Amino acid sequence: MADLHFLANPARFRRFSQRVLPGLGFATVLMLGVGLYMAFFVAPEDYQQGQTVRIMFLHVPSAWLSMGGYALLAALGASLLVWRHPLAALMARAAAPVGACFAAVCLLTGSLWGRPMWGAYWVWDARLTSMLLLFFLYLGHIALSRAYDDSGRGDRAAAILALVGVINLPIIKFSVDWWNTLHQPASITRLDAPAIHNSILVPLLWMAVSLLFLFVFLVLLRTETEIDRRRLEVADMQGEGGRA
Amino acid sequence: MNGFTALLMRDLRLVWRRPGDVGVVLAFFVVATVLFPLGIGPEANVLARIAAGVLWCAALFAALLSLERLFASDHEDGTLDLLLLAPWPLELAALAKCAAHWIVTGLPLSLLAPFLGIAFGLDGQSLLALGVTLLVGTPTLSLIGGLAAALTLGARRSGALLALLALPLCVPTLIFGAGAIETLAAGEGIVTHVAILAALALVALATTPWAIAAALRQAGE
Repeated sequence: MADLHFLANPARFRRFSQRVLPGLGFATVLMLGVGLYMAFFVAPEDYQQGQTVRIMFLHVPSAWLSMGGYALLAALGASLLVWRHPLAALMARAAAPVGACFAAVCLLTGSLWGRPMWGAYWVWDARLTSMLLLFFLYLGHIALSRAYDDSGRGDRAAAILALVGVINLPIIKFSVDWWNTLHQPASITRLDAPAIHNSILVPLLWMAVSLLFLFVFLVLLRTETEIDRRRLEVADMQGEGGRA
Repeated sequence: MNGFTALLMRDLRLVWRRPGDVGVVLAFFVVATVLFPLGIGPEANVLARIAAGVLWCAALFAALLSLERLFASDHEDGTLDLLLLAPWPLELAALAKCAAHWIVTGLPLSLLAPFLGIAFGLDGQSLLALGVTLLVGTPTLSLIGGLAAALTLGARRSGALLALLALPLCVPTLIFGAGAIETLAAGEGIVTHVAILAALALVALATTPWAIAAALRQAGE
């Protein structure tokens, strides 16, 4: 943790990210290219799901990353409220839309997979519903952090919301699971019952790692943009003050 | 504790002097509920089936409706600054505000809902269960709503934002509140559901005052 503290200074972070970003971007493109090739051409068809199993290579990592993204938001919120790290606020602002996009990708690919497999674009399955609620929590975080003229106020309010949200997520998940079993006894056979074969598992994990690269790349890039934007705002305010 | 009682009594007195504010919330609850049979159709078995969910959702929306002003008027006239300076914990002040909100909305909504349930053709046992679950569940809505109100204090479009923040967090309470009547219809007891609702209320009671106080402090900065 002590090693990460030195990045809390925005200027130092910027120097760090400018060194890292080009290589990281290149690695992301390479990894994603190989991963998508494996997912679409190398991995075998599923004997039950046919070609639609390939959606999983995008769907499952998106679900993981959207959940990990919310944990990241909560950690950034805690470090903003406890240590007042200025960078934590900027990074939370940068990370929330990326996490929300991964949640949206998860929901969209899930519904595209559901149409041929379950016969409907949307079923009120417990997993789908809790992912939808996670998406709503992301939307609330994004809207709250941008709802104030004073951006520092929005950052701190959103940080509190992220912490409350992360406490509530397990409760929401539990209650949605309960609700689903109450309303709709298991009518859907899940694919995770048999162990996943290596020919599917390897591309899946590869895609997960490359999408993680993409996530980190996007968050770093957006954080850099947020630092620049904040600097422009401050320069703007000083400029106005000078004229007045 | 003195400050807690004083603040609670002050809020109740403010509402007592202007009872119209509570009246509007209750009227909204009744009108919103009545719209459902008009939209869905008057078939008795369909209405009895959806009654608990409709009444719970309408109660949730009605409780949210009055939350926007929970801290806003105190923020505008400077009361909030005095609360921030007061020598007793802000957490208690937050709790007092939420308690006052529950007494003037959650409590009357819980008492009113069974009467509306009659119009939906619920039997006596279900009506009792509806009242009990609302009584146990609405404090959670007031506490979570209070947090959303504190977070959106002074924000643009704070009303809509408040609903966006509070509604996903209220999902567990809604599920167990409306689910209780469903299990009753299936011939089981509602004790489990009421116990879980009470547990949710206690978790909210133990956590939200601190979050509300933190939100109010940074609003006062």
